[in-house]
Amino acid sequence: MTDVLNALVLFANFIFVPALTYGSQLALGALGVTMIYSVLRFSNFAQGETMAFGTVITILGTWGLQALGVNLGFLPTALLALPLGIAVTAGLLLLTDKYVYRYYRTQRSASITFVMASLGVMFIMNGLIRLILGPGDQNFTDGERFVLSASAFKEWSGLDEVLVIRTTQALTVILAIILVALLFWFLQKTKTGKAMRAYADNENLALLSGINPDRIVMITWIITAAFATTAGVLYGLDKGYKPLAYFHLLLPIFAAVIVGGIGRPIGAIAGGFIIAFSEVILTYAYKKFLAYLLPSDLAPDGLVQLLSTEYKLAISFIILVVVLLIKPTGLFKGKVI
Amino acid sequence: MSQRPHEIARGNYYLRVIVVFTLMAGLLALVGFMQSWSLALTIVNLCLISAVMALGVNIQWGFAGLFNVGIMGFAALGGLAVLLVAMPPVKEAWAAGGIRVIFALIIFTAAIALTLHTHKRLKGKRGHGLALSAILIVGIIISRFVLDPGVAAIEAVNPSSTGYLGGLGLPVVFAWLVGGALAAGVAWLIGKITLGLRADYLAIATLGISEILVAVMRNEDWLTRGVKNVTNLPRPVPYEIELQQAPWFIDLVARWNADSLGLLGESARASALQPLLIEGSTIFVKLCYAGLFLVVLLVIYQLAELALNSPWGRMVRAIRDNEVAADAMGKDVTGRHLQIFVLGSAVVGIAGAMLVTLDSQFTPGSYNPLRYTFLIWVMVIVGGSGNNLGAIIGGFLVWFIWVEAEPIGFWFISLLTSGMGDDNGLRKHLLDSAQYMRVIIMGSVLLLVMRFSPWGILPEQTKQFK
Repeated sequence: MTDVLNALVLFANFIFVPALTYGSQLALGALGVTMIYSVLRFSNFAQGETMAFGTVITILGTWGLQALGVNLGFLPTALLALPLGIAVTAGLLLLTDKYVYRYYRTQRSASITFVMASLGVMFIMNGLIRLILGPGDQNFTDGERFVLSASAFKEWSGLDEVLVIRTTQALTVILAIILVALLFWFLQKTKTGKAMRAYADNENLALLSGINPDRIVMITWIITAAFATTAGVLYGLDKGYKPLAYFHLLLPIFAAVIVGGIGRPIGAIAGGFIIAFSEVILTYAYKKFLAYLLPSDLAPDGLVQLLSTEYKLAISFIILVVVLLIKPTGLFKGKVI
Repeated sequence: MSQRPHEIARGNYYLRVIVVFTLMAGLLALVGFMQSWSLALTIVNLCLISAVMALGVNIQWGFAGLFNVGIMGFAALGGLAVLLVAMPPVKEAWAAGGIRVIFALIIFTAAIALTLHTHKRLKGKRGHGLALSAILIVGIIISRFVLDPGVAAIEAVNPSSTGYLGGLGLPVVFAWLVGGALAAGVAWLIGKITLGLRADYLAIATLGISEILVAVMRNEDWLTRGVKNVTNLPRPVPYEIELQQAPWFIDLVARWNADSLGLLGESARASALQPLLIEGSTIFVKLCYAGLFLVVLLVIYQLAELALNSPWGRMVRAIRDNEVAADAMGKDVTGRHLQIFVLGSAVVGIAGAMLVTLDSQFTPGSYNPLRYTFLIWVMVIVGGSGNNLGAIIGGFLVWFIWVEAEPIGFWFISLLTSGMGDDNGLRKHLLDSAQYMRVIIMGSVLLLVMRFSPWGILPEQTKQFK
């Protein structure tokens, strides 16, 4: 019995909690992509770098606050700097819209032109974040490290294995729930949100009913900035800020969006969790887990790892391909052919 | 047919071609006079390779409007081909684990084939996705079970110098064709899945596959030695050391420099000849490479031009300009797209193989999307998408700027900050980050050209039929 409990705790500690956290981060990032897609109708390749940019500004704000001696007690100081990060990122995104995307919108260019422009924006941001904060890793997490520490869990349960929940993990999930709830309330209940959905659904009809497209586009960029920055900061708090890691988030995020159905907020969230859980489950080494469950003479010798962690990206890719083969519209029937 | 807005009159166009290429030659000559001829030739060689790569991307984007964001992956496949074809096989490694590896690959391929077969059989039924995933996962588990001990045995064979299977030991130029074929094969798979869906999907899928391909090359040491790199790849041209001792080459250098050497005595002559021989041999080697690359470039350019101006080329352009209308005319849009995507990727693969041959080393860690995907895009857009000569001049010009921008940018920043002390924090930071300015500048160039001169330096020209 204790063996089974130990195995369960092991599962929760190394698979469930990390995947839940990572899934929340992906879901927030994917929501940004899906919003841009439904309103502006292109896949935004600059999303990963947008997340990194928001994180960079937040890190600078955090350092400023720390220098002033301000902190949030057991929570990371970065939370206080987050609004600054969102505001600056929103400003940057609105600038890119004004000087890059708006022209193609008035020209009614093909969506592939937008995608290419977003690639140009991505590389400018790529240089910008390294120019501001350098190419190295940064750790900006402070405050209490654990919500549930190893010793506390051990004392309570008396098991060999421990369940540890870091503050950043709990924070990620809670913040993601709050933001998603706010987004759905905004889209379903407010006038602007309804206008936005109408515009995404049928542009011409929305214009006829007097909806101001510029305002819709502006709000979309601001929401994207908020989601991207929050996702980036939470990812950075959880795993440390590494510029290249944000670029590599692009593929899991796109996979999440397509799995859920492009243009569907609920799909983006589901997709984020599907990708995250697949990634963690398929790259975890099950040696110890099986050792608890199987009789001792059957215990495996190797690591029992399906894929090494270097191939995380391959998992997103395979899921993406399988969805494109079986159901290109995604789980929640996105609007794309 | 009336003239399109972006086209310029025929006479003006030819004049522009001549002026642009003369200017480019002048810039390269300037490097020769100001810096050194050896450096100028190094730049020329990379310009030629860039031009081939840009031709490949032009075939995809310029001819057909296909957006490939994974050029890096196809170039890396070309590089891998050089290693697999030209390196001598490591016999001990083959004996240690070769059979296991081949067996594992067969199982893996069978698993994928079975997955695809099941996909066809179960299409639209319940539990479809679950069944596919189950087959794939079981396939991976079994093939890993066979593969892992083999890999361990191979990597244990003399790990400091080999530790991998090696190649086939064939002539290296043959690898260029194989590189093209490998890239074409992967492109066919990707194209089969994503073409026919929305254009964005191709972009996302190529981005993904290129990152995965490079990850495989970085981590599968039994195949590529991973980050330990494979150096001393065989060369298609003579080695400098051999040249310096070859009587015919010594004779050639002596005759070339007859004017200056003739004035010297016998002993002074021998010592003056030595540095000339060393310089001459490096230049000779680079010229040999330049000749080979030029031949490849001209052949591919000629083929691309013939294709573009054939009925097939006109059909492809018609599809690009109006997919719906072309479809209504009974043209097989997806089929043509697949052809174009495979052909363009093959050209990129050839260029990737040429690049690795020039470096004579395969370094999987050096592949990054900025240098191998984005820069090539800038070349095509700046040169003129849809125009093969445009792609070539774009390849030359953008590579030239890319290479010369770093010293110039560094010089510029140190000039700007020369008032500050050497240990000034801001000056240090700016000098350290000069390389990131390159990224920002290239991104801006792409956006500016797209916006203000979308047809590039040499706009697309179509033959007029009266």
